[in-house]
Amino acid sequence: MDFDLTEEQRLLKDSIDGLLTDSYDFESRKKYMKEKGGWSKAVWGKLAEQGLLGLPFAEADGGFGGGGVETMIVMEALGKALVLEPYLATVVIGGGFLRHAGSDAQKAAHVPGIVDGSKTLAFAQLEKNSRYDLFDVATTAKKKGDGWVIDGEKFVVLNGENADTLIVTARTKGNRRDTTGIGVFLVPANAKGVTKKSYPTQDGLHAADITLTGVEVGADAAIGNPDDSLALIERVVDEARVALCAEAVGLMDESLKTTVEYIKTRKQFGVAIGSFQSLQHRASDMFVAAEQARSMSMFATMAGDFEDAKERSNAIAAAKVQIGKSLKFVGQQAIQLHGGIGMTMEAKIGHYFKRLTMIENTFGDTDYHQRRVADAGGLV
Amino acid sequence: MDLAFTKEEQAFRDEVRSFFRDNVPPDTRRKLVEGRHLSKDEMVTWWRILNKKGWGTSHWPTQYGGTGWTSVQHYIFNEELQSYPAPQPLAFGVSMVGPVIYTFGNEEQKKKYLPRIANVDDWWCQGFSEPGSGSDLASLKTKAERKGDKWIINGQKTWTTLAQHADMIFCLCRTDNNAKKQMGISFIVFSMKSKGVTVRPIQTIDGGVEVNEVFFDDVEVPVENLIGEENKGWDYAKFLLGNERTGIARVGVSKERLRRIRDLASKVEAGGKPIIQDAAFREKLAACEIELKALELTQLRVVADEGKHGKGKPNPASSVLKIKGSEIQQTTTELLMEVIGPFAAPYDVHGDDGSNEAMDWTAQIAPSYFNNRKVSIYGGSNEIQRNIIAKAVLGL
Repeated sequence: MDFDLTEEQRLLKDSIDGLLTDSYDFESRKKYMKEKGGWSKAVWGKLAEQGLLGLPFAEADGGFGGGGVETMIVMEALGKALVLEPYLATVVIGGGFLRHAGSDAQKAAHVPGIVDGSKTLAFAQLEKNSRYDLFDVATTAKKKGDGWVIDGEKFVVLNGENADTLIVTARTKGNRRDTTGIGVFLVPANAKGVTKKSYPTQDGLHAADITLTGVEVGADAAIGNPDDSLALIERVVDEARVALCAEAVGLMDESLKTTVEYIKTRKQFGVAIGSFQSLQHRASDMFVAAEQARSMSMFATMAGDFEDAKERSNAIAAAKVQIGKSLKFVGQQAIQLHGGIGMTMEAKIGHYFKRLTMIENTFGDTDYHQRRVADAGGLV
Repeated sequence: MDLAFTKEEQAFRDEVRSFFRDNVPPDTRRKLVEGRHLSKDEMVTWWRILNKKGWGTSHWPTQYGGTGWTSVQHYIFNEELQSYPAPQPLAFGVSMVGPVIYTFGNEEQKKKYLPRIANVDDWWCQGFSEPGSGSDLASLKTKAERKGDKWIINGQKTWTTLAQHADMIFCLCRTDNNAKKQMGISFIVFSMKSKGVTVRPIQTIDGGVEVNEVFFDDVEVPVENLIGEENKGWDYAKFLLGNERTGIARVGVSKERLRRIRDLASKVEAGGKPIIQDAAFREKLAACEIELKALELTQLRVVADEGKHGKGKPNPASSVLKIKGSEIQQTTTELLMEVIGPFAAPYDVHGDDGSNEAMDWTAQIAPSYFNNRKVSIYGGSNEIQRNIIAKAVLGL
């Protein structure tokens, strides 16, 4: 049992923290947000230069063979700096599908571009009525010759505006809520029949609603078994949840730090408001919530390697519950302790609150995951 | 980062487990599971079994009879003990006064007291809190005046846990009225059988008698019963209270209770089916289990950190343990109340010795709920813990 980072992991942490300290203060972030697509190509290039975009890929595929802990380190750092760039969509999710089920040809076609930063991906999964159920897929992929024809509508696709390649979940067989008959397809974003409606999200990221109308792809577009890929989707989305937990921990750390600094300097009644016990206790409760979240983020990271898929899912669901509760408390109280200034777009704390809030509603909220844990027979 | 125990640690866990299985008297275990009070005899019998095995004072330095275990081994031992469940060693002796004596006492005191603490030949109690000194402990007024070769002690202590069983007390007494309040306190030990000691039980809201008021009227104590230096008692008290940071979370206790809740909830009916099938109840239970898992991980982080980097600088996460640990213990007793529903109501009177064997087990649930309100009050109330986090961790 060990919760320390190895020497190499510590170096990784120092290097990404250093990079973001240099290039990602709050003012720079505002500029990046105004660039095309809503994030900085230059920063993305720096992440590539440091090898961070190739982190989880096997060395044979041109990556660095990093595991869950390495991803946790990166996601925490990205959270701390409130980073806009599409690491989750491209490296964690897109990369996850390729790593777990991509053919050699698919990996050769896509991994180098991810690693060198020239290509990004987006995960087109959410549908109008699917909410958090990954098996709820109405989009269809019908066989045509050797290939497939995909029809359907996908919503709130993060990085959907910029991505070169979409990873689309589509049903090859059965009915909308069947757990079998679901495939995963690589679709070029500029394929004929793909239309996008792009928009900024509440937390400053960019997403798109994507319509696929008679989109034709080849036989080589399917990642894994096109008739039975729910387990693959669950695995990759579990990894995305773990990554979001780590990002949230970074966001909470920074929110708490910013809030504590603020109440130490803000004066009312002639003294720093941080000298008032009611505020001190609130800040202490934020600390407790953030530490409990950190513990569960570590747990989820290690659970990513559990052999038993049910045990893994249950552990990660539990982590998402804890993170959801902690982030709501830390985020809301950070605004409360900042007072009026916390309500302004100008102060950075509100932006942390908004990103935290969106994380809760990504890939299953607190109630959803709590129900999953309860239905699985609990956690003791 | 690695969550798994090593092979050696797993083997150790198996050894501990099978020792408990073979050696904890079944009746003792059953009473703990059912939330009943144990008699003095039952507790002492078990502690002597533990001491004979060499595990009664596991965390003491080896020269005084400790085991030399790693932090992880201590953690495993405590977890298994709490979740079996078996009675925990008498904290006042082995966790509190013992370490103060072997750290600050003289050789004679070590020789005289330590073996008796280990074998519970003496039952110790703690004379800290006073009616006017709770969270503000350093304001205590109980006075020890030096007269020849004796201390003359006058004053009153309160919330003295199980003082009705006690042979010995370790007591914070004011020995200098003129010094700053923390600087004039001494750590003195003496017999509860001394002339002038009166114990008066306090009945708590659960109907039980765990705590007492203790009065001192011109109690004469030999001067050699001072531990360490005169007027340094506050330092020893702080040492004593900081000594056990991780046991306070009581993760094993809550785990055992959650298992019991699952078990009872599959038997007790609500709406014509077991209450465990009620979605709302099940989600509440899951929520508590998730909180406990987070706490367990936080505790493991602290344990792993201590194992690697020593106990010198406490991991900031250790402050979380008391607050969350007590909240979760309280939640488990609330869930038990919910399971038992209307049958929480019947009340029975405790026997004279605090034993409540005559009562139906269901009648233990409400008392246990009431009794557990104490856990967020004692050991530094949760509000004091928040003060500590604000000051020591956040720098406010």
